[in-house]
Amino acid sequence: MAQASTASAPTDMRSAGRERSNIDIFTYDEKIVRYFVYATVLWGFIGMAVGALIALQLPWPAANLGEYLSFGRLRPVHTNAVIFAFAGNSIFAAIYYSTQRLCKARMFSDWMSKFHFWGWQAIIVSAAITLPLGYTTSKEYAELEWPIDIAIAVVWIVFAINFFGTLYKRREKHLYVALWFYIATIVTVAVLHVGNSLALPASMLKSYPIYAGVQDALVQWWYGHNAVAFFLTTPFLGLMYYFMPKAAERPVFSYRLSIVHFWSLVFIYIWAGPHHLQYTSLPEWAGTLGMLFSVMLWMPSWGGMINGLFTLRGAWHKLRDSVVLKMFVIGITFYGMSTFEGPLLSIKSVNALSHYTDWTIGHVHSGALGWNGFMTFGMIYWLLPRLWRTELWSQKLANAHFWTGTIGILLYVLAMYNSGITQGLMWRAFDEAGNLMYPEFIETVVQVIPMYWVRLIGGLLYLGGVVMMMANMYMTIRSAPDELPDPAFAAPRQPMNYGHGDGSGDGTSEQAPEPAPARARTASESDPVPTEADDTPATKKASLPGSRKAEGPGTKKAEGPGPKKAEGPGTKKAQLPGSKKAKGPDASDDADDDDNEDDAS
Amino acid sequence: MGRFIKSNGMHRTLEGWPLVFTVLTTLSILVGGLVEFLPLVLVNNSVDRIETVEPWTPLELEGRDIYIAEGCNTCHSQQVRPFRHEIERYGQNGGGYSKAGETVYERPFLWGSKRTGPDLAREGLLRPQALWHVRHMEDPRSTSKGSIMPPYPHLLEKKIDFDGLTAKLRTLKRLGTPYAEETIENAATIARTQAKAIATEVEEQGGPTDLEDKKIMALVAYLQSLGTDVAAASDAGPSDAGPSDAGSAESDVTADASK
Repeated sequence: MAQASTASAPTDMRSAGRERSNIDIFTYDEKIVRYFVYATVLWGFIGMAVGALIALQLPWPAANLGEYLSFGRLRPVHTNAVIFAFAGNSIFAAIYYSTQRLCKARMFSDWMSKFHFWGWQAIIVSAAITLPLGYTTSKEYAELEWPIDIAIAVVWIVFAINFFGTLYKRREKHLYVALWFYIATIVTVAVLHVGNSLALPASMLKSYPIYAGVQDALVQWWYGHNAVAFFLTTPFLGLMYYFMPKAAERPVFSYRLSIVHFWSLVFIYIWAGPHHLQYTSLPEWAGTLGMLFSVMLWMPSWGGMINGLFTLRGAWHKLRDSVVLKMFVIGITFYGMSTFEGPLLSIKSVNALSHYTDWTIGHVHSGALGWNGFMTFGMIYWLLPRLWRTELWSQKLANAHFWTGTIGILLYVLAMYNSGITQGLMWRAFDEAGNLMYPEFIETVVQVIPMYWVRLIGGLLYLGGVVMMMANMYMTIRSAPDELPDPAFAAPRQPMNYGHGDGSGDGTSEQAPEPAPARARTASESDPVPTEADDTPATKKASLPGSRKAEGPGTKKAEGPGPKKAEGPGTKKAQLPGSKKAKGPDASDDADDDDNEDDAS
Repeated sequence: MGRFIKSNGMHRTLEGWPLVFTVLTTLSILVGGLVEFLPLVLVNNSVDRIETVEPWTPLELEGRDIYIAEGCNTCHSQQVRPFRHEIERYGQNGGGYSKAGETVYERPFLWGSKRTGPDLAREGLLRPQALWHVRHMEDPRSTSKGSIMPPYPHLLEKKIDFDGLTAKLRTLKRLGTPYAEETIENAATIARTQAKAIATEVEEQGGPTDLEDKKIMALVAYLQSLGTDVAAASDAGPSDAGPSDAGSAESDVTADASK
């Protein structure tokens, strides 16, 4: 067991199980998750600070600091930093943390994990250098020039191999819903990135796209819209499906809903891109199709919101004490609001007013600040004590972050709604004689400048919240133990049978075709014990986590010193063989789970 | 349906097959994109051609790339929607609303998504005067009181990379833009000539001198070209000269009107 706790344990420490040959002892790579958390916070701060700067440049042009730091150059720096650096590192942290646990396996390759991490950071740095220098393709959220695009493709492929390799060597038969969303993310982002970035280089840092005009517009917004869908929505839904039930200590509301909303979401989202091009030179049928599917998209989106929020059924009181849950609830609520607003804005008559105005900016930020930001913060506050095995330094400060951030979002969004609708109405206003009421465009600019100041204040409050989180994180990590060995866990040695199960029973029973003593025991025990609401927040994957510590006597201490803290307080660990089902929270989870199965059948 | 999604149903089985699951997911995301994209590829070449729309001259192309590098498209759209108020505001002087046929050489398209400033799709018709643009870039508030646009004085100082033009044109030709071989080879010379003409125009209008090899000339050439091809189409007669040559010729009338 001593060896099991070494951080450097490469992959499965099968040898550690020598004493009990039928047990696998393996570790989870938590170091990589910590790295991604660091990167998330650092880039989040930088990306949002740039956002605040360009928000200042709008009402006060003197803040354009020369050629390289003017609005036009910095705007893509801001969008790329918050999307790919902040949200990107955040979803990687979520994926690396949860996938290992949901698969009961260490990541496929530590080398690939590191390559992914450093490769991604290098891409971000190169973006932060090239964009201010003016090397850009101009295509939104795909501004990076072709050499960087190639690097993105390479890193993404390595990430995909690492992820699918982990699925391949998993010890849990069934994929939990979070993994479905990760799969959709990885596949679709690859397709989108390659499809939209096809270009012919004219020099080292200049290229022209293979598509022209209308085609280019369609492809760009197929990409742009679905970058929102598959970079900012599906992975965050996966994050929600894993961390929300963990934090609430409740299984997910409905298994059936998760199936229906997953498939309808991934199918419908792709069609909605052309709604960004209503009333343009794009053929009208395409815009109409985009509008139609956007409206249809409302339901699958709200399926996710309902599944997330209702996971708290019967546990709403926990909101009072848990900043994590508060963050999640606000995040999911903003998700619901912006996915209602999106279909609304796609409707042609609304779009005629809203398009090209600040309303779009407001819409984006209600999703980005509310959904992506708060889900990330919630996850970080949940991970901090677990990854660093210590208490969060200050709950109060975390709460202050929550409130500052929430007020910041509201100010931001309301200011943008106000200025957006003002612009839309002024642009189209005619006087009684039938002339444009505001023929000088500048009149419509001057009118909304006060709102730009309000937006800046909202943004600064939000950024202030992030600074509070950074301070909290710094202090928390200072009190962490010096050594943070990867937590070790045990599972039946036999790799599970990946054969085509008949789907009957829950993974576990199938999992142990040849009963070695310990394994048999695992199976029978973990079965009824979805104990670890832990790893399977899922509705009914009874087996997942259960088996982890539910091993025979020899195994339980496979967890070195550290790891035990790595779990949620109530959740896990039945140390002694006999005691395991005895505990409180587990018992109630058990009950919930039963309910669920009843529902489902 | 019920059989599929119940707790031990077919979907449960599917969850045990990551490969099949991934393939199905991939298929479901491919459908929508293909259905929307294929008709455009198959149809686009035959419809909506506008005869008077020509590829940019080398200098205009350089100007367009400067427009992209400066991120002008983050605040200015280039797409006049078919609404009365937009046509009144932007579509004067024969421009009208934007049509698919005018975009066939746009790599990338620059329709934009935000109008922090006004639409520029018809800028060449609304503000053809070179000097106005020079002053506007140098200090936007000198020409438009209350403007929040950043100043671009460096465009009046930095030089155009004339020598890189041949490679750019060649790349575009490879992608299908019909540049004549001699235009490609003499791109730098052609661009210098046009820049010189615009510099002279600026001087005649009382503006700064010595701009003939500066980036601002390329940008002005590009801005002056915007919308002129389309207006030429509606003018009945096919345009004979390159769009920007025409731009400088007819400048005076409309310049004041738009101001």
